[in-house]
Amino acid sequence: MRAPTPSQTVGPFFGFALPFDGDANGASGESHDAIRVEGHVLDGIGEPVGDALIEASEGDQFARCRTDSEGAFHFNLRRPVAGEGTPFFYITVFARGLLRHLHTRMYLPDEDGATRVDRVLQQVDDSRRPTLFARQEGEILRFDIRLQGDGETVFFAL
Amino acid sequence: MKTLEYEPPYLYPDYRSTELRAPKHEPIRLPDEWFHNVPGPVFGRIPVQAEDADLTRQHRGEPLGERIIVTGRVLDGDGQPVRDTLVEVWQANAAGRYVDPADDHDAPLDPNFTGAGRALTDDAGAYRFVTVKPGAYPWRNHLNAWRPAHIHFSLFGPSLASRLVTQMYFPGDPLITYDPILCSIPDPRGRELLVARFDLETTVPEWALGYRWDIVLRGRRATPAES
Repeated sequence: MRAPTPSQTVGPFFGFALPFDGDANGASGESHDAIRVEGHVLDGIGEPVGDALIEASEGDQFARCRTDSEGAFHFNLRRPVAGEGTPFFYITVFARGLLRHLHTRMYLPDEDGATRVDRVLQQVDDSRRPTLFARQEGEILRFDIRLQGDGETVFFAL
Repeated sequence: MKTLEYEPPYLYPDYRSTELRAPKHEPIRLPDEWFHNVPGPVFGRIPVQAEDADLTRQHRGEPLGERIIVTGRVLDGDGQPVRDTLVEVWQANAAGRYVDPADDHDAPLDPNFTGAGRALTDDAGAYRFVTVKPGAYPWRNHLNAWRPAHIHFSLFGPSLASRLVTQMYFPGDPLITYDPILCSIPDPRGRELLVARFDLETTVPEWALGYRWDIVLRGRRATPAES
């Protein structure tokens, strides 16, 4: 087997290259099921990470967005189709200072206790599971990503 | 082969930006088979035109700098070509300055150079960009810190686990030894994998120097799905 090419940081200067028209809106087309997700990326002392790149995907949907100077990001995707477990979006985080990108999952608010049957959630300590769930806030879902420290988001090694 | 030694850690204090951004918890390792068959993001909404692979023809005139060709193959862990996958690149100009408004290095912008390109790999997994050699530039990581010349690469590949963002370096660059970003890779053989090779075959007489750089994405040829 060949050794995979190692990862390096995305650095701070990707903003002129990686964004594309409509990148944050992965729900184009049938928009009646679109969900707007808003969140912040925060570092180990709770400061905003103003130069992160977030990618969200689910099935054939893909969205990409940058954080602004407040660390805020938002994207739109259609509601995932419920499978065996709780519906979720795959989230990937890139930033200056991340020599490898981070993988996490954003689960939709757990209305029916489906956590019990989700094999990935079962690998996560009870105390840290809430970091993987979005919160309903009116019309939107809120999902903050804490890279380090109090309330650190659960990340997965694939 | 311990491929883990070929990957940088999250926390690498010599690269200061890792200190407040590296997670303290080890990422939770999930069984490979749960993920390597999860199809990667569908990037079809990212527009790719044939001319996006030539970074020297995006403006009225030609950019200043040493014209180069950067080409190679994208392979999986079995050495099989990864076809039709998106390769995105971005870089500083020949003076070591990015177009990005966040870059305040006191070096000139080039009105004929943006420094961003895209290409899809062909049936042999090959990609090819025409560009100019990026310049080295200073950064504030430590006193007298300079990044070696590099081109950023972003690739998707077939699965969620094959996503890769990395940097390609140039052979013989004296700054490589001093660069904490590249030196964060524990095994020197891993660092070598990020250095392109000068290639006379790729070099076009009277026109451009050629560099070859192959990229290996994580994962092996898709096995039949279990479910």
